[in-house]
Amino acid sequence: MKTSSRRAPANAIDIVRELRAASSFRAPASLLPEVLRRVGLADLYWKLESPVGPVYVAASRAGISMVSRARSAEEFERRFESQRGRPISPATSRPPAAVRALMKNLKCRDREKLQFDLRGLSEFERAVLMKALEIPGGEIRPYSWIAREIGHPEAVRAVGTALGKNPVPLLIPCHRVVRADGTLGKYSMGGSRIKRALLEVEEVDPATIEKLASRGIRYLGNEERRYYCYPTCGGTRSLVLSNKIPFHNEKEALAAGYRPCKACRPAA
Amino acid sequence: MVHPDALEGALARDLDGSFERLVLEYQDRLYSFALRLSGNPADAEEIAQDAFVRAYRAMKTYPKERIRALSLKAWLYRITLNVARNRMRGKRHAHASLDERDGEGRARFDPEDDPRSRPDAVLEEGRRRADIATLVEGLPSRYRSALILRYMEGLRLEEVARVLGQPLGTVKSNVHRAVNALREALSASRRAAARPEVI
Repeated sequence: MKTSSRRAPANAIDIVRELRAASSFRAPASLLPEVLRRVGLADLYWKLESPVGPVYVAASRAGISMVSRARSAEEFERRFESQRGRPISPATSRPPAAVRALMKNLKCRDREKLQFDLRGLSEFERAVLMKALEIPGGEIRPYSWIAREIGHPEAVRAVGTALGKNPVPLLIPCHRVVRADGTLGKYSMGGSRIKRALLEVEEVDPATIEKLASRGIRYLGNEERRYYCYPTCGGTRSLVLSNKIPFHNEKEALAAGYRPCKACRPAA
Repeated sequence: MVHPDALEGALARDLDGSFERLVLEYQDRLYSFALRLSGNPADAEEIAQDAFVRAYRAMKTYPKERIRALSLKAWLYRITLNVARNRMRGKRHAHASLDERDGEGRARFDPEDDPRSRPDAVLEEGRRRADIATLVEGLPSRYRSALILRYMEGLRLEEVARVLGQPLGTVKSNVHRAVNALREALSASRRAAARPEVI
């Protein structure tokens, strides 16, 4: 065979050897997190300003999966991965508009647009959190209200525990759930002082609630329409004590001919 | 099943819990394969991503027994091949030459000291480059996939047949023809390289 090259003509064995030796490529580092994110197995996170200072907010395809205060992104990532056992990476996109709006103003109504990824929680815990989500900004409810509303009236302490484990505080407003005796109770995201500050931001007046509670007053009745409510029902604007009838308990209100309010449902 | 692998069992038991392991185990292979098919790192990453996502969604719908019985490697290559074909069908620059890649893609694909990126080499025409990967890219697709899978990805002939959905005999002859075609192309490019430059 005539060839103008001085090198020997290529033979099949050399070609196969060269093909086998062709280096394989390393997948880019972005591939795994991106795949996991797309199938809903990984989460992304943002750092945002909130009423309690900077917080990290994580989300999977299913929804918001964690809200947490941390000293650094690394600390947050470690916490997330050890608690959830799945990878997380910083988001490059902007956080969902509803999250941004809520972190600026916890009372805004964008909460309804949010979805939450509460995998790993029990059915009871999820029920507690979803119920807490219904409490409007500017209002508070006792732990016993959640217990009754989700059909476990005896499980008041368990409600407290479930709220203490809320993986998405602020966005699911567990700070709006307080003790029936008028004290604010615990708060997982920095204690009762922070809880009080959050309620003040939301224009709940904890001092007034405490004053009522110290006199044993749990409900206020609307004399004209003959129904009774939790003191914060309808927001603080209706918390005008002068034209309200105070009640110490349900029985007292019923005996006076008052029915429970349909909005805040102080009784079944 | 020729290669019993604990991964299939783990996926059948707990897909969500084992899927990350599957990606870690196969991501370099599928990315490499996609890169050889597409010739473009950005496309390759998207193809590999899509392939894993499709695999996950398919397994979500499969009964456990079906997942356990999968020939995982061949199945994943097959999905990757299908994703790549679907993408390239709509694309004009399916096999863009190395010179046409953008800076970012080139950085990941070509090492910096690659002789092809030297100015004189870049000016050379593709047919004059005795670069085997480039020659593979120029092969007709029915030869190319078989050749890449057999030698560059190191699959056994039976696995290649399963990936391509072809009879073993067809695969054997296509691999053989591919090597012959490469030999021709390589000889031609060496002859051309040995000739003095004519302008």
